Amino acid sequence: MNRFWNEYQKAIADDHFFYERSCIRQTFFPGSETAFLRMLREELNKDIFDDFRQHTCTGIGYHTDVVPLETTMTVVARLFSLMTEHGYENYVPSCVTSFGVFTEMCHMWQKTRENLYKACKREFNIPKNIAHPSDVIYHFRNELAQKMKFRLVNRFTGRPLKVVEHIGCHYAKIFPDKGVGKAEFPYVLAGMIEAWGGEVVDYPERRHCCGFGFRQYLVQENRGYSVSNTKKKLESMEPYEPDFIVSNCPGCSMFLDRWQYTIAEMEHKTYDREGYGIPVLTYEEMAGLLLGYDPWELGLQIHQVQAERLLDKIGIPYDPKAKYRAADGKILRAPEKPENLLV
Amino acid sequence: MGNLIDIIKSDVRYEDSLKACMNCGICTAICPAAEFYDYDPRRICDTVQRGDEEQVEKLLRSDTIWYCGQCMSCKPRCPRGNVPGAVINILRKVSQDMGYYKDSHMGRQQVDLMAGIGDNILNIGYCVHPDVVFPEKHPEQGPVWEWYVKNIKAVSPKFGANYHGEGAGALRTINPETMEELRNIFRVTGGMDFHDSIKNGPHNE
Repeated sequence: MNRFWNEYQKAIADDHFFYERSCIRQTFFPGSETAFLRMLREELNKDIFDDFRQHTCTGIGYHTDVVPLETTMTVVARLFSLMTEHGYENYVPSCVTSFGVFTEMCHMWQKTRENLYKACKREFNIPKNIAHPSDVIYHFRNELAQKMKFRLVNRFTGRPLKVVEHIGCHYAKIFPDKGVGKAEFPYVLAGMIEAWGGEVVDYPERRHCCGFGFRQYLVQENRGYSVSNTKKKLESMEPYEPDFIVSNCPGCSMFLDRWQYTIAEMEHKTYDREGYGIPVLTYEEMAGLLLGYDPWELGLQIHQVQAERLLDKIGIPYDPKAKYRAADGKILRAPEKPENLLV
Repeated sequence: MGNLIDIIKSDVRYEDSLKACMNCGICTAICPAAEFYDYDPRRICDTVQRGDEEQVEKLLRSDTIWYCGQCMSCKPRCPRGNVPGAVINILRKVSQDMGYYKDSHMGRQQVDLMAGIGDNILNIGYCVHPDVVFPEKHPEQGPVWEWYVKNIKAVSPKFGANYHGEGAGALRTINPETMEELRNIFRVTGGMDFHDSIKNGPHNE
């Protein structure tokens, strides 16, 4: 490896992970967390622990300024104490904001040990390694490629798929040296895309925020901020005609999907040629699809921009009749169709 | 006098957030909030750095400090290693502690956020959960979200979720012992008093 590029690498543990679930990913992409655990356990034979006694890291509360720093630090300490109790040292938080919160809190332990003992009678160790799950998938991207049934290639043209990768701001902007490629050359998603046959789209607003903005989205009257920032990105990527967008942040994945619907309904505008929008995948969904996991078990039917046209391009088989089937096999009535966005 | 500046500087985050701003404005150039609002993080850093109590108090009572979206894009860009987004966290905390937030429209939104995100954390142990993302309040989530929320019990097991179940898994009900430990952390660290002061306190008549 080029010696300069070495400076942009990060240490990612090889095995024995403690997994922390994300509020946003569980809400909008529960199939992605399931797929991540399945890949680690079944494809890579790794040990990863999912503790039922975990809870929110309060990251959204911290960044909306409704939870004080001392509280968030002690909540994080409790999560670390669960990790310590089970003998793990490698922490893998599913959310990008959690990842940012954990790296921030590891810098500032003061009264936290005392607080945690007072509140919960618990003790904890600081993890040896904190890696976002996207780091872990990046770390094992070549091993996973060996098991993949499909590649990021358009089967009709033989050309690599054009993929927009969006890195959540809190992955490498808060602590640049904690991200693969740091803040300047984030490579965690690009590395997966390239290893799996795709082509990364480099476009002007590639590193612009998705627009979540915490209180700017959570307060209904402020949401113009959020949609405006996503719109800026979509306009910037449109001329490159991407086949899909992939993100490592659950919030970004949701916003890039949902705001496409909103813009289509408000302005009759979509960012692909045909009016279906640009599909948005989580990195777990991207990896899961290439490994041959069922798209409807990954949860692609609960995205607003539908992915069948992308599945067709890659050649991934799917059963259209199973799309809106419940877990017990019962066929449910399909969601209403948007007025403008084609589904 | 000098009290507000002392309070701001006593925050453990201050030392890493504002060293010496040279007013280059790169933070403002990169800032998504500066594109959308009349917002300029460079001026915020300048105001705090100058230490004029009157100007700082005016800032704490204004809409301005509530415009930041906390993306932290400013951090990797600042040539001096300042973090305007973290300066904002400190100013927002002080504004709420002093009761100044009630003087601005954007500041008063904290009451709703405390009743939303704050209550979610204390009641269910999640910041966000499908049970609290109501389709009628989130039209931007589209018809697919309405469908998912309506059918979540029937559909979510397909995704490996454990909606309202016991034990591990996505969307599980967090057990009472864990919830009690979480609430205890809020009690011991001042999070509960802070929550109550914004949601029900004297600043919120």
